[in-house]
Amino acid sequence: MAFKQILSRALRSRPDQILSSPSAFSAARAFSSAPITATLFPGDGIGPEIAESVKQIFREAEVPIEWEEHYVGTEIDPRTQSFLTWESLESVRRNRVGLKGPMATPIGKGHRSLNLTLRKELNLYANVRPCYSLPGYKTRYDDVNLVTIRENTEGEYSGLEHQVVRGVVESLKIITRQASLRVAEYAFHYAKAHGRERVSAIHKANIMQKTDGLFLKCCREVAEKYPEIKYEEVVIDNCCMMLVKNPALFDVLVMPNLYGDIISDLCAGLIGGLGLTPSCNIGEGGIALAEAVHGSAPDIAGKNLANPTALLLSGVSMLRHLELHDKADRIQKAVLETIAEGKYRTADLGGSSTTSDFTRAICDHL
Amino acid sequence: MARRSLPDLLKRLSPATAAPSPRSRSITYMPRPGDGTPRAVTLIPGDGMGPLVTGAVEQVMEAMHAPVYFERYEVRGDMKAFPSEVIESIRRNKVCLKGGLITPVGGGVSSLNVQLRKELDLYASLVNCRNMPGLPIRHEKVDIVVVRENTEGEYAGLEHEVVPGVVQSLKVITKHCSERIAEYAFEYAYLNNRKKVTAVHKANIMKLADGLFLESCREVAERYPAIAYNEIIVDNCCMQLVSRPEQFDVMVTPNLYGNLVANTAAGIAGGTGFMPGGNVGADHAVFEQGTSAGNVGKNENIITEKKANPMALLLSSAMMLRHLQFPSFADRLETAVGRVIADGKCRTKDIGGDSTTQEVVDAVIANID
Repeated sequence: MAFKQILSRALRSRPDQILSSPSAFSAARAFSSAPITATLFPGDGIGPEIAESVKQIFREAEVPIEWEEHYVGTEIDPRTQSFLTWESLESVRRNRVGLKGPMATPIGKGHRSLNLTLRKELNLYANVRPCYSLPGYKTRYDDVNLVTIRENTEGEYSGLEHQVVRGVVESLKIITRQASLRVAEYAFHYAKAHGRERVSAIHKANIMQKTDGLFLKCCREVAEKYPEIKYEEVVIDNCCMMLVKNPALFDVLVMPNLYGDIISDLCAGLIGGLGLTPSCNIGEGGIALAEAVHGSAPDIAGKNLANPTALLLSGVSMLRHLELHDKADRIQKAVLETIAEGKYRTADLGGSSTTSDFTRAICDHL
Repeated sequence: MARRSLPDLLKRLSPATAAPSPRSRSITYMPRPGDGTPRAVTLIPGDGMGPLVTGAVEQVMEAMHAPVYFERYEVRGDMKAFPSEVIESIRRNKVCLKGGLITPVGGGVSSLNVQLRKELDLYASLVNCRNMPGLPIRHEKVDIVVVRENTEGEYAGLEHEVVPGVVQSLKVITKHCSERIAEYAFEYAYLNNRKKVTAVHKANIMKLADGLFLESCREVAERYPAIAYNEIIVDNCCMQLVSRPEQFDVMVTPNLYGNLVANTAAGIAGGTGFMPGGNVGADHAVFEQGTSAGNVGKNENIITEKKANPMALLLSSAMMLRHLQFPSFADRLETAVGRVIADGKCRTKDIGGDSTTQEVVDAVIANID
């Protein structure tokens, strides 16, 4: 039971919990030698093991990050109306950067889901998933190299539904200029910062003319400010079809909420599933919360069988956000080489290594 | 009059995987006297690539001496509404074959395709996605039928600007429409010996709307205990489609998800240029390409060079022939198309070849028994 696990972990002593003062991180992060504090939510199930793996690899790679660990509480915190405490959220707000493992949402009423809490409290407006084929792990597609950027606050997921009369239900999809501009800005900024050439806006504006039309208008406005980046618009059904036929056609994709959900999961499927996909949520004020989007896999928790790749690559995304590009490249290269080599692979990739062996192999490759 | 004597003839709605040669077909049927009278079918070539592919169908129908004749009407995608004479013709003939109509993006015109479906209450859209020998593909064992609700959902067209900069769109789900589409999906599965129906939804987020859809599907599922039923969330569904498509059989979806799932399934089965489909309601049927992404509309090069892929529309017209109760002609057409695809010599641009539409048509005609 998730509760028992949370309780036992909270009561266990945490010798490696490091708390650093907020003044530890300076503005010029890329050049600062002082360590950056980042919040770490190990999460449930396999979370703690893979978080441990990440910490070990980051230590070996000498990444200047100090982790501030927080756990999901056992009671509902009235200030946040969820199992996440106010302190945890404050920590992320303060550090501006975080890494989150898989969290199992406790079943019950009277509280918000953990992901919803994080999203609303930290104003996480964009979900970024870089999807690239892992050399050495064969899927049917081996030339995938794209990034999906999904608007995460409005659209079809506003949760505004009501029953008009019995048997007739209405659900509202909201698109605002502000949110669309915000995510479009981030998409182009990301493309520029990471040397991507093209941004494609995905829509269904031939049918939903006003809503997706507004989204497209905002994307066009932002596109004009970045003339060096090519901009195109693709209807979503066309996009789905092209993705499964020839994913190499796409570079950066920016989309409203629902389409983003579907397309980002489709792209995760192209490269091998959610167990290998990194993800990063961007919030107002430059907050970045990288997370592993797979489940907490309670059946293999504690058995040293979990695959830390998703959390590792999410950590790499986080490092790129902090502009620690050389460290990020080093770790990413080590992970890809280890998987490509094929000697040490966890069970979900078809191998038989344990988490610790896999971690050790990556450290050796650094 | 679309006399639908169901069990025997609709069994053949699912294309035969190993098409028997006409002389030795194992399924026999007895037509009524006068069944061979040529039937009128409304033909809408449309715009963009539409005229090319409907021209292909007309040629093939003539070559086969099929008992159909076409009443052609010109409609363009940027018209405000369907001309009433076209709707009259479809109401009279009950069956229509449509090329493609380009809906201008973001322009003030609502989609004519959607209008037609609502006007004639064509509430089910059917797409048959399966592997065909000879097509370059990455996924094997794909044989999926996507049944998509065609009149409501996100395509209700009800949008308005709340205040400047905030726009809202209504997605409407009703029990009536959800029930009848679920009924159609299960009935199709029953008539065509399909084993499983999967409902695609996002009810964890849109609890009321997709929840209502699921409720209707569950109720209908209880009436068909021999057919397995399960539910899958749409994002997981897309992920599963690209990794393990063999797990899907018949899928029933609301409007928007159906569009995405159908195009994804068509893409993995070989491309939208090859998947037959159509829209059907209680009284009328409009046959067109199963999924239109990338193969309908304005691709300047393909139009000027006349290299559009007519296969999807040819297979849809075979479905139409069966619907009109001319199964032998339908079989012959499908066999011919299957042979041309398996041959691999005549390939259009969308699968990496360079043939023109006319060359493909000639090859199909040459292969008709």
